[in-house]
Amino acid sequence: MKRQETNVSETVERAPEAAGAAPGGPAEGRSLSGAVKRAAMVFAEQREATVLVVNILLVIYFWQASPDFLTKDNIANITWIVAPIAIIAIGEVLLLVCGELDLSVGFILGFSGFLMHYLIDFYSVPAVLAVLLCLLMGVAVGFCNGFITVTLGVPAFITTLGTGFVLLGILLITSHAYPATIPNSAEGIGKWLGSSTWAEIIWTIVLVAIFQVVLSRTRWGLHTVAVGGNILGASEAGISVPKIKYGNFMITGFMGALVGLMVTFQTTSIDPSNGGYQPMFYAIAGAVIGGTALAGGSGTIIGAFLGTLMLSILQDGFNLIGISANPLPIIFGGAILVAMIANVQLARLRRAGRA
Amino acid sequence: MGTPEPDGQGPAVAPDGGGGPAVDGGDVLRAEHISKRFGAVTALVDINLHLQRGEVLALLGDNGAGKSTLLKILCGFQPPDSGRILLNGQEVTLKSVDQARALGIDVVYQDLALIDQLTVFHNMFLKREKVRWPLLNNRAMRKLARQRLDDMGIGLKSVDAEVARLSGGQRQAIAIARAIYSDAKVLLLDEPLAAMGAKEAALILDLIRDIKRRGDVSVIVIAHNYGQVLEIADRVNLLQQGEITFDKPSAETSVQELNDIVIAEYRRALEERQRSA
Repeated sequence: MKRQETNVSETVERAPEAAGAAPGGPAEGRSLSGAVKRAAMVFAEQREATVLVVNILLVIYFWQASPDFLTKDNIANITWIVAPIAIIAIGEVLLLVCGELDLSVGFILGFSGFLMHYLIDFYSVPAVLAVLLCLLMGVAVGFCNGFITVTLGVPAFITTLGTGFVLLGILLITSHAYPATIPNSAEGIGKWLGSSTWAEIIWTIVLVAIFQVVLSRTRWGLHTVAVGGNILGASEAGISVPKIKYGNFMITGFMGALVGLMVTFQTTSIDPSNGGYQPMFYAIAGAVIGGTALAGGSGTIIGAFLGTLMLSILQDGFNLIGISANPLPIIFGGAILVAMIANVQLARLRRAGRA
Repeated sequence: MGTPEPDGQGPAVAPDGGGGPAVDGGDVLRAEHISKRFGAVTALVDINLHLQRGEVLALLGDNGAGKSTLLKILCGFQPPDSGRILLNGQEVTLKSVDQARALGIDVVYQDLALIDQLTVFHNMFLKREKVRWPLLNNRAMRKLARQRLDDMGIGLKSVDAEVARLSGGQRQAIAIARAIYSDAKVLLLDEPLAAMGAKEAALILDLIRDIKRRGDVSVIVIAHNYGQVLEIADRVNLLQQGEITFDKPSAETSVQELNDIVIAEYRRALEERQRSA
């Protein structure tokens, strides 16, 4: 049954490795632009490495600028900045890769701490159970986001804008906009979740590792990419698009609730100003810097972690060397724009490589 | 031919005691008196089509003649208004593309099926992944994909390439290979040669020839280019204004004859226009 290969691949396949190098291929007169394209492709492929290098350079710079930068206290401070946004970024990457996003996650974060307080102090729920119920709340909000977006067909931007406002309203009504103190009975579990110095970053690293594997090495991850890459092709192949999207909304909600508890324990107060839009936007910014395409179909959890780490190092470093925090948004904005322009242009380059 | 029957499909040749038209023992697929209307537009009038085991049937026709509508009915995407479909002699109601696929009828749309961002081997195994729980067994999929593509004569450098980087012909070939290896017994190809250069088209034509040699998969090809189609098809059906007006073995017709028929149709349409103007 085996027969001679129709060897068209030599000339037709336009993998970057082959560009300008295929024997007898159409290489002549294009070697320079080929080299530029190759370099750009290498950059695209090695996105995480690129962000890692930037991170290392930033560390070296801030270390030179301030000897306090690499002290234990300051490193702990950086981990407290990066942990919440990196964990939220896990959810956002999964959603962005499958073609959705969640603006409400910061409000799940804010409400989570208060819900624990209500459950324990008003309803005498045991601390561990209260924590689990908080996480369940996050999953439930994620389910609602999925239902409104996937089943009712409202764009995720609007859905999660709405659910975010609703959660904020519930938070403000129930808390009267006043902070609360952490219930005594929760202090034990609090050590595991955030009140001991390295708890948050350990959770972050474990979750990043797990979900990096989920996204790149499991069926769930493969189907998430497939849904975001070609929704029609994915459902044609028999993948349940709603299942993937519901699931990723629920994972994101879970992450939001978990981070809410972590921040509560780490700052030792339950504050109505926790969360909001900022952690979510930092998470998305980190994801984009780390190579996640907003259009769906590609992205990595590690990249998002490195992206959020970069933003955290910048924020901490600027504080430390005593430069006014005022220009910081310009740097953040610039980083996001450069990263996004790179994403878009490289995607264009890839398409051009085929057409 | 020694072809194993799809599971749960019943005997290949069902004695037709229902008083309907006699079932040809060699027919894997039969469509009888299929019609379809969209509002005031009649897309299909009274389609009678049959496909023998291992046969390649070319479905030709002008744009709007009803080719796509017929394909969508045969692949389970939409139901006909009337008529019936027989698979291996047994009447089936195709409720969805998924169900049709489970019965062994698979459709490959031009450039629609694959996920650009995934590798060749992930695309080939999408939704049928090899898993070593909880992880994907990439090594096994890579090896099998390589083996299957080589087996079908699809020369690809690497199964690790993202399909976005492949040519149209290679993508089409991968989509076809995927369908073949997911146990398709009837393969519906929608314009597999559209927008393809000669070299690319050659790859797909070779692939269809290869499928024909295997003998266990039957193919309906929708196409525009008569020359290419006559090279690979056993039989040609011409669809004109919702009816099959022409049914001949490829050996008994020619590009010239098909062209004449179509040109005559254009002339008629032109005259009608002039009359109504």
